[in-house]
Amino acid sequence: MATEGEIYPALTTIFHDVFLRDDLTLCAETNAKDVVGWDSFKQIEIIMASEEQWKIRFSTRELDALRCVGDLVRTIAAKTGGG
Amino acid sequence: MTELHWLPEMQDWRARLRSLTSGPGSVWENAVALAGARINFVLTNALDERLRRLLSGPPDGLQTKPVRLAVLGSSTLTHLLPAIRVAGLRRNIWIDTYENDYGQYWQELSDPDSALHQFRPTAVLLALDARDLTAGITAAMDPEAVEGAMTEITERIRATWRMARDTLRCPVLHQAALPLHLPLLGNNEHRLAGSRAAFLGRLNARVRTMAEEEGVDILAIDDRAAMDGLRAWHDPGLWHRAKQEVSHTAAPMFGDMVGRWVAAKQGRSFKCLVLDLDNTVWGGVIGDDGMEGIELGQGSPLGEAYVAFQDYARELSRRGVILAVCSKNDEANATEPFEKHPDMVLRRGDIASFVANWSDKAGNIRAIAEELNIGLDSLVFIDDNPFERNLVRQELPMVAVPEVSDDPTTYPVALADAGYFEGLAVTDEDRERTSQYHGNKARDALKASVTDLPAYLRGLEMELIARPFDRVGLQRIVQLINKSNQFNLTTRRYTDEDVIAVMADPDAFGLQLRLLDRFGDNGVIAIVIGRLQPNKDLLIDTWLMSCRVLGRQVEPTALNLIARNATRLGARRLVGEYIPTEKNGMVKDHYAKLGFTVMETDPAGGSRAVLDLAGYRPAETFIQVTEG
Repeated sequence: MATEGEIYPALTTIFHDVFLRDDLTLCAETNAKDVVGWDSFKQIEIIMASEEQWKIRFSTRELDALRCVGDLVRTIAAKTGGG
Repeated sequence: MTELHWLPEMQDWRARLRSLTSGPGSVWENAVALAGARINFVLTNALDERLRRLLSGPPDGLQTKPVRLAVLGSSTLTHLLPAIRVAGLRRNIWIDTYENDYGQYWQELSDPDSALHQFRPTAVLLALDARDLTAGITAAMDPEAVEGAMTEITERIRATWRMARDTLRCPVLHQAALPLHLPLLGNNEHRLAGSRAAFLGRLNARVRTMAEEEGVDILAIDDRAAMDGLRAWHDPGLWHRAKQEVSHTAAPMFGDMVGRWVAAKQGRSFKCLVLDLDNTVWGGVIGDDGMEGIELGQGSPLGEAYVAFQDYARELSRRGVILAVCSKNDEANATEPFEKHPDMVLRRGDIASFVANWSDKAGNIRAIAEELNIGLDSLVFIDDNPFERNLVRQELPMVAVPEVSDDPTTYPVALADAGYFEGLAVTDEDRERTSQYHGNKARDALKASVTDLPAYLRGLEMELIARPFDRVGLQRIVQLINKSNQFNLTTRRYTDEDVIAVMADPDAFGLQLRLLDRFGDNGVIAIVIGRLQPNKDLLIDTWLMSCRVLGRQVEPTALNLIARNATRLGARRLVGEYIPTEKNGMVKDHYAKLGFTVMETDPAGGSRAVLDLAGYRPAETFIQVTEG
């Protein structure tokens, strides 16, 4: 089980690793337009790294509904029973 | 599971990635070290991207041959390329990669002016996806039509290989198709000619036969996926989203498998497996437990697991991997099971270099490499003990040291999954190799080692927790007192009642010493019993220690504790006894080494030694002591 508060730090680490930047801070509204290089390829990396981190698998519908970091965090929380 | 589980975890990995330019070695060397850690696909990509920003080509003086690998296929392969390059890095090999434009591999092969040809590859990986290979196959087809399709596709593959070989003049690695199709009939799927699942299985078999004819090597991700589970390798959702057949999460494994091939082509596969003995090849400690006491053979699950590991090692040796032994033991004890234990699978003749002594293992492994006259970078060292593993990793980073648990069932799996001994062909010479090495055995290769032990010990962050004997520890105390044979000065055996009597005696103390380090808790590893005599001498009645922690400064640290406890009881001198047995020769000079003066020696070899507490200065060690 992971609460939204627990998900943010781990997700931030994933973003740092994916974008090779230590200065990114995430908030619920953060989306692909806010981060340089966040293309569909990086999007898949973030998704799969999250799946590995929280041992979950997103459904196609869940992935299609993601618009911002907040959506992702809420989905992870719901899937791990922490939401 | 596609995790690179045989690689050790590195706690400060991210910090070291950030300081790639300022680490201890060159950028390349620092990156090689990071590639040797257990990393997932995100960190693999991060390492690759950082390194490529810092280095545009192979570093000067690189001993290995740089490789230009063209990865050709009909689906998206971009996400696999960093893992391939990092797998090269892990093996000290610079790999440049090229990927064809989506779906254009045949056109690019045929066109001498294409970007593929301009890349001038030195090797080609042909990674055709399962859906492309089965395009047009349907359950409605009759057997004849299916056979026609099979011929067409296999000939297309053969033509591609030939085209790659003839126009690019480089070796071809063909990726077996991932068996991702779902069954239509079920268990007897093979009866349905037009089943894509059955078709793909037959295709993979045909391709292997054809590869033998054409001199092409196979990348067996079908076998690998069968072991890891297809779900670990393929995500249908990802295929629909991005036309990626192999999952990101499997990329490090995919890359590593390609890396093994690249290394094998350069003759850089590992050649020799160096085995620890106690708790690696058999259960228990031969010097303490004896031939009857070690766990090996039928009758216990653990004993059978050690037999299975030995069997895997012997099978490796039969296909050309050299076996060696590196053990902390008296040589006579270490060789006895090889010669006399009925359940030993490995025999003395299977071992090309046999080193059993009490020196540090890094030095001994250097000696093994010298004796066998092979490079240190061709050795794999397997040991259940994390202290030894990490010592060897630090001192000899070129030696592969798989991370294993204390469960022997995992040892063959670690060796197999790591693919250290990747081979491309088997020769008669391979089968005879061990006997060749056995012939020119030279024990004089055991030279003084130059291992920087103090630096290693300092970095271990050792903590010794000293507690007086107590009820909680009673069972372990009695067990150690009755089991320890080698590092045991007096070999006095005591019952529960005897130990309880020590607890109650105001003129005696019993110490149980537990050792912790940054790799974990080693448990209670030493026992001391001191008894104050009427003349104010403190007699060290019992001093024993587990051989696992030899060479880690536990002895002088324990002496500091003994001196402190003796002073507390009002003693003026310490008196240590050595009572020789068949097995405790290793501690004959224990007290002399610690600065005692040997007073009496008896004809049997026993001795008494004395240390004046008034002039005693506690020894400085790298171990922090906590009295609890």
